[in-house]
Amino acid sequence: MSDTSTRPPEGDELTAERLSSAPVEQDSPAGIGVFGWLRWMWRQLTSMRVALILLFMLSLAAIPGSLIPQNSQNPFKVQNWKLAHSTVGPIYQKLQLFDVYSSVWFSAIYLLLFISLAGCIIPRTWQFVGVLRAQPPAAPANLTRMPVYAAWHTEAKPGAVNVAAHARLKRRGFRANISDGSVASEKGYLREVGNLLFHLSLFALLAGFGWASLASGQGGKLVIEGQGYANTMTQLDDFTGSAFYGSEDLDPFGFKLDGFTAQYQTTGDQIGSAREFTAHIRYWTGDDSTRLTKGDIQVNHPLEIGGSKVFLIGHGYAPVVTVKNAKGEKVYSGPTPFLPQDANLTSVGVVKVSDYGQKDGQRTQLGFRGFFLPTQPLDFTKTGPISLFPGPADPALVLTAYAGDLGTDSGLPQNVYQLDDKHMTQLQQDGQIARIKLKPGQGWTLPNGYGTVTFDGYQQWASFTVSHRPGNAVALAGAVCAILGLVGSLNVKRRRIWVRASATPDGRTLVEVAGLARSESVKIAEELAELAVDLQDDAPATEDQVTGETDEQPESAAERPVPTDPNSEE
Amino acid sequence: MPVATGVDLQLADLSNKLIYAAMAVYLIAMFAHIFEWTFGSKGAVAVRSAEQTTLAETVAAAKEPAKAVKKVTVTVAAAGGGTTTLTRTALADAGATVVTSGRGDGDSPQDVDGPGAAGSSEKGDLAGRIAISLTVLAALLHIGGVVTRGLSVSRWPWGNMYEFSCAFALTTVLAYLALLVAKKNVRWLGLPVTVAVVLTLGLAVSVLYTASEQLVPALHSYWLAIHVSAAIMCGGAFYAGFAATVLYLGKDSYDRRIAAGLTSGPLGTSASIWQRLPAASSLDKLSYRINALVFPLWTFTIIAGAIWAEAAWGKYWEWDPKETWSFITWVIYACYLHARATAGWKGRKAAYLALLAFACFLFNYYGVNIFVTGKHSYAGVG
Repeated sequence: MSDTSTRPPEGDELTAERLSSAPVEQDSPAGIGVFGWLRWMWRQLTSMRVALILLFMLSLAAIPGSLIPQNSQNPFKVQNWKLAHSTVGPIYQKLQLFDVYSSVWFSAIYLLLFISLAGCIIPRTWQFVGVLRAQPPAAPANLTRMPVYAAWHTEAKPGAVNVAAHARLKRRGFRANISDGSVASEKGYLREVGNLLFHLSLFALLAGFGWASLASGQGGKLVIEGQGYANTMTQLDDFTGSAFYGSEDLDPFGFKLDGFTAQYQTTGDQIGSAREFTAHIRYWTGDDSTRLTKGDIQVNHPLEIGGSKVFLIGHGYAPVVTVKNAKGEKVYSGPTPFLPQDANLTSVGVVKVSDYGQKDGQRTQLGFRGFFLPTQPLDFTKTGPISLFPGPADPALVLTAYAGDLGTDSGLPQNVYQLDDKHMTQLQQDGQIARIKLKPGQGWTLPNGYGTVTFDGYQQWASFTVSHRPGNAVALAGAVCAILGLVGSLNVKRRRIWVRASATPDGRTLVEVAGLARSESVKIAEELAELAVDLQDDAPATEDQVTGETDEQPESAAERPVPTDPNSEE
Repeated sequence: MPVATGVDLQLADLSNKLIYAAMAVYLIAMFAHIFEWTFGSKGAVAVRSAEQTTLAETVAAAKEPAKAVKKVTVTVAAAGGGTTTLTRTALADAGATVVTSGRGDGDSPQDVDGPGAAGSSEKGDLAGRIAISLTVLAALLHIGGVVTRGLSVSRWPWGNMYEFSCAFALTTVLAYLALLVAKKNVRWLGLPVTVAVVLTLGLAVSVLYTASEQLVPALHSYWLAIHVSAAIMCGGAFYAGFAATVLYLGKDSYDRRIAAGLTSGPLGTSASIWQRLPAASSLDKLSYRINALVFPLWTFTIIAGAIWAEAAWGKYWEWDPKETWSFITWVIYACYLHARATAGWKGRKAAYLALLAFACFLFNYYGVNIFVTGKHSYAGVG
């Protein structure tokens, strides 16, 4: 805490305000007609008060997005929410409450804010350039009106005192100038520099955001261990592009997933918590897919390949099954990715056997719905099929089978993780749904002579996000400048000090020093005192001064007699 | 099946015991501060005695040496229209060496800082000194608890809400003790600080407790040390700013009530509490300074988080609830800083904004972690 109060009195507020180049605010329209009103509206928009209200509105407008599910984050959640709230759902939809941060109203607020900012900051920048090119403003006629003031008499000559004060102020890092028998000086220009830098770098941030949203693209891909991926539209599971980054702009590269390592906590109350995920890959860029480089991708450690970044997003298991038809022909064999449902990786998935061939003279297809449990419980008659631990300690595959038409020939795209059983019948055994639990290596002879299914084992899969996002460097540069600007603008104190040495009728010299600071936390009084003490080496105070000043302390600034005006003397 | 190990159970247990011990000592310190305030209310409140003593000493010291004395008295215009003065003395030819400085007071007692919680009561002062010693002891235990927690798992000890809360409470205490060491007049903050620390630690050990374990892969990043440490420091400092703001509002109300001819503080509080606190303008200045100092750090916290998010999730900003509330907190603190510089918004209105901003910060910590699901779900709270 400071032990001085440096707040200027209310009357000097306007003078103090001029230390910053903040625009002077106007309350009512100036002039008449459309232009008068437009100008008034523009002044209102660029005023601090409106900027404050807009800032406040921005924070209010951001709240719903944190409480209502957002399309940009989780579209499934949005759909579920809409189903659960059928009455308000459509209203929310109309109000764009599921897309708050790209909604018209949210955009309107921040665009208005940026316009307001531009209208304020650009003129201020020019004004500040003008300030930098000019000399510090000359000393006011009456220095006693300044918030901090000290004076003493000396035998030294006025000119010499002014020159000494000028030199001392320069040494203290002030910009100083002697004119008209007084020294004007100013320090702390970095405050305004920081202020302008901060606000201008917000535009850089906005530009970075804008560039990213116009020219970025992101795709998802699930890869099973041992399989490869080439970065083309046909191989991606999903892709969202933007105006300037479409499916034809995908960066040319590819990689092969050699293996996936997962480690889990095996003891304590956080048993089953993930401890490490690593995808081991070999990748290539450009046209040459034979020159492979090894690399690891971990959570938090994406791999940058050929202009895109590859992130590890998820992982799971892909049980390997072999299906043979009634004739004993192998009609399906390989790993099928199942999707994890909980933290212990209870996974669900479907196996679609579209090339089963014929059964009883009719073209038939088979489908399986199943659960993959990396660690099966001893008995799940009560709990249902759930896994106890995410690691593959005791894996099991639970299957039910369907026969009929998978609907894959209809031409409509199908979700590979869902079974459309509209044209299929579930296989029964002894009047009950046929269901089997298999351990790796075990097989199941399907009822009604449909053939056999073998659970050969399992592989792991990893899902990746392939992201191309330009503009990050611009945004980062903006952010760094913003912090630097903030530090300057909040910690540097801009202040002015004037020194006037003038001859008094009794042949001595009156030295007056006065200071003005805008920020309340500035220690201008101490600074002025130090300067004055230093200056007394050049202009020693005459004896009467020391005792005289101590006695007349309680007088207020307004009542204090105005010292002789040097201008009137000259 | 690879086993994830690396938890030293003995150290983890020691950490828990140290945290409990620290909590107990903080509690006693809190009671000692309560005694300080209680005893202090009985003694007469000697306003500005301290300052006047210094001034008297200054003059005496200045007159003693045979050498010529340089002395400057600066008149400072005060908020209420009165003036205060600052006197600085130095020996001639001794360069810029300032021997002593003192401060005299003008005719507006409102701008004068109170003598502190103990008032002029010696018993109160003793209780206050005991409270500070206990706080130092508790802080040492607390440091031990946080450090052993980190050592038990060989990582930075802020991977979940329990660890975060312990670290947050520690930074609050250390910031307060640092101000005391720097000879700042902040002993009156002792009671709010110990109350907050006891509450935070109590919540941490009862509701938020999680056993010492390794981290989920999402937190395997050196950004944990950078981003989360910055957030912890912001939390501690924002709390101090909040306490100063609340006291400013109280003291300002008290001043208004006195001006209106009333004799008690707001909400039926005793006048002697407010008399012993620093001046409203000092409290206001303190809260502004803290908030202005922390605001760039908070900005840095958000940006460091964005950089980490870019590495972890592919996008630096996704409006995750935690991000959104950090942003809201940031915007309201920005509002507060702008309001301070805008006519018609200074003083109480700006102070309300500061309170709102701190409320957002708290909601971002407790509310978002516990009630809202998002990507920052590392609370470990079942």
